[in-house]
Amino acid sequence: MSTSGYAVELQDVRKSFGKTEIIRGANLAVRSGERVAVIGPNGAGKSTLFNLVSGRFGPTSGQILLNGERIDGMVPYEINRRGLARSFQITNIFGHLSVFENLRCGLLWSMGYRYAFWKFLASLTDANERSEQLLRMIRLERKRDTLAMNLTYAEQRALEIGVTIAGGASVILLDEPTAGMSKSETARFIDLIREVTVGKTLLTVEHDMGVVFGLADKIAVLVYGEVIAFDTPDAVRANPRVQEAYLGSVLADAQVDGAARPTH
Amino acid sequence: MSTGVARAPIVAQGRPLPGRRVLVWGGFALVFAIAPMIFRSDFSVSILSQVAIAIVACLSYNMLLGQGGMLSFGHAVYSGLGTFVAVHAMLAIANGTLPVPTSLIPFVGGLAGMFFAIILGYVTTKKAGTPFAMITLGLGELVTAMALMIPEFFGGEGGVSANRSAGKSFLGITYGPQIQVYYLLALYAFVSTAAMFAFTRTPLGRMLNAVRDNPERVEFIGYSTQRVRFFSFVIAGFFAGIAGGMAALNFEIATAEVVGAGRSGLYLFFTFLGGATFFFGPIIGAVLMVLGFALFSEVTKAWQLYLGLIFLFMVMYAPGGIASLIMMNVRVAKYKKLHRLWGWYAGLVAASLVMLVGAAALIEMVYHLQLGGAGEPTLGYLGVTLDTTSAVSWIGAAVVFAIGFVALEATRRRFALAWGAIQTEIESDMMFKEPSPVDVPADLPEHGAAASAEAGKP
Repeated sequence: MSTSGYAVELQDVRKSFGKTEIIRGANLAVRSGERVAVIGPNGAGKSTLFNLVSGRFGPTSGQILLNGERIDGMVPYEINRRGLARSFQITNIFGHLSVFENLRCGLLWSMGYRYAFWKFLASLTDANERSEQLLRMIRLERKRDTLAMNLTYAEQRALEIGVTIAGGASVILLDEPTAGMSKSETARFIDLIREVTVGKTLLTVEHDMGVVFGLADKIAVLVYGEVIAFDTPDAVRANPRVQEAYLGSVLADAQVDGAARPTH
Repeated sequence: MSTGVARAPIVAQGRPLPGRRVLVWGGFALVFAIAPMIFRSDFSVSILSQVAIAIVACLSYNMLLGQGGMLSFGHAVYSGLGTFVAVHAMLAIANGTLPVPTSLIPFVGGLAGMFFAIILGYVTTKKAGTPFAMITLGLGELVTAMALMIPEFFGGEGGVSANRSAGKSFLGITYGPQIQVYYLLALYAFVSTAAMFAFTRTPLGRMLNAVRDNPERVEFIGYSTQRVRFFSFVIAGFFAGIAGGMAALNFEIATAEVVGAGRSGLYLFFTFLGGATFFFGPIIGAVLMVLGFALFSEVTKAWQLYLGLIFLFMVMYAPGGIASLIMMNVRVAKYKKLHRLWGWYAGLVAASLVMLVGAAALIEMVYHLQLGGAGEPTLGYLGVTLDTTSAVSWIGAAVVFAIGFVALEATRRRFALAWGAIQTEIESDMMFKEPSPVDVPADLPEHGAAASAEAGKP
């Protein structure tokens, strides 16, 4: 583990697209094992922030560190190999492969099989056992051999999480994992996320305030490309600056959502 | 595999039983072994040899197209350069400078194909999608131009020829008689097919499918899509080179056209026709390619035009190729509903034949008018005499075509409804029975699309 003790660190990160600056000097330091929800109004740059950390884009300036190592400027697979995995807002799986194959693809690199074309997949006992285990974790045993594109939406979201965690990354970024789900599906899904990310550092973008206050140890509030608050849920709720900028209107909803949320 | 049985143990899931696998591969080997005993003429054996070559070429092409989603317009570069290098190797064997048995010539071609795939593929696989296709097209043109610019290696217009029986004979095998060549080519075809099938079951092979389905996601699970494409491209180049080396041994000559865009187009055409979504599809395509050239071209001079029409129809009505048509019907048969379709198939075939007779009459008359005939206005066609100067012939042919077309379209529409109903029944059967893993993927073009559209709804 790094000397700083932080799993993910952003230091004055900026990102511009043309003349438009989307991320304007974001600072964030997430300790190992923390669950952090990133919230903020639409267009605040939440997805962009995730794209920067996961390497989809490089930042215009500033530093991003993963376990103390600089990762800004690295391509996604290099960052992934260093222990950071992400899911996508729009379901992003391998449609023509079965559920089992999807999961196995997710862990082949991490188990050291790389580009091997001299080994049969069927003989990779460790990879196969781990894939079966993941299958049970995301509760899709019955859909093992179904093609991913033929799953229901909720199942595809679960598989998306499964593929994300498959490689055993210690830092997991989930971009709106419950987007488009019904209330009851969301509740079950949050339990699933909690289970499969035990012991990991979790960053999640989430709009559902019930989910946010239920899942997160800490909340980062992103407004106009800046992190204006980063604290425990209660402290963030009480923060006048946050209320003014963003939370005032959504907090009322949170009370309602919170009631529907399962206690754990 | 039967349906309704309790779920098989984990190890057997999703894979054919070992016995079945032995049966399939044993049958495949047997076909290679006994085919020349059934079709004995020199012509037949020559055709069979070409089939063996085409199988390797089309399967290697499908590693790119079907398994990797890479649309290459320049695959003949690798098979063709394999042919050239192999012919030069045969010349070297003949003059004693290369101490390699003639049996290894296809392998030499493979190494050559791999070598050029490493050099050219490094550039090509930097890109995917349309840029990839464009680069392959450009490289194909480049190599074709080179072939004419460097006659020392490519032999100019006449090409390079060699003698396959110039090497030392081994156990009486001189490769003089075509049958000896056939069995060597059949062996290469069988081993190459098995190796390429094995590739689909390896980590790289599976990641190639993943890159095809969703390249972006692959980057976020630790893999470089470029590397996956590059390594696969090199392996495909190796097998293309083997096909090229086999061709060198078979034809004993290499001309510039073997690296040309026309040849690359044929690989694409017949791989697609056979079916790129299934491993065995290109084998069907390869057989059709050789038969098309050898037999169809005897029947009519306009055969390439018919080929174009067939391709058009396949793209429109069966984009999964012949293999997917077969597998869709196998699925229907598994659920014991195939008997309901026989009537429809008979109707479709009958209507298609009528349309084909009309269309072919028109095509033949046009062709006769433009190219053939030598001033003679009449031509024999299916036992009747057509006269290109008579309106009756033209109108008659057009009417037959129109009747066939209307009948086919009417039948096709009703058939589509019946087919859809059966698919719905099968899907509901599957829901209730929770069948054992069916080997046939349900990713049939139309229904797969419908299912994923449904799944897209939150």
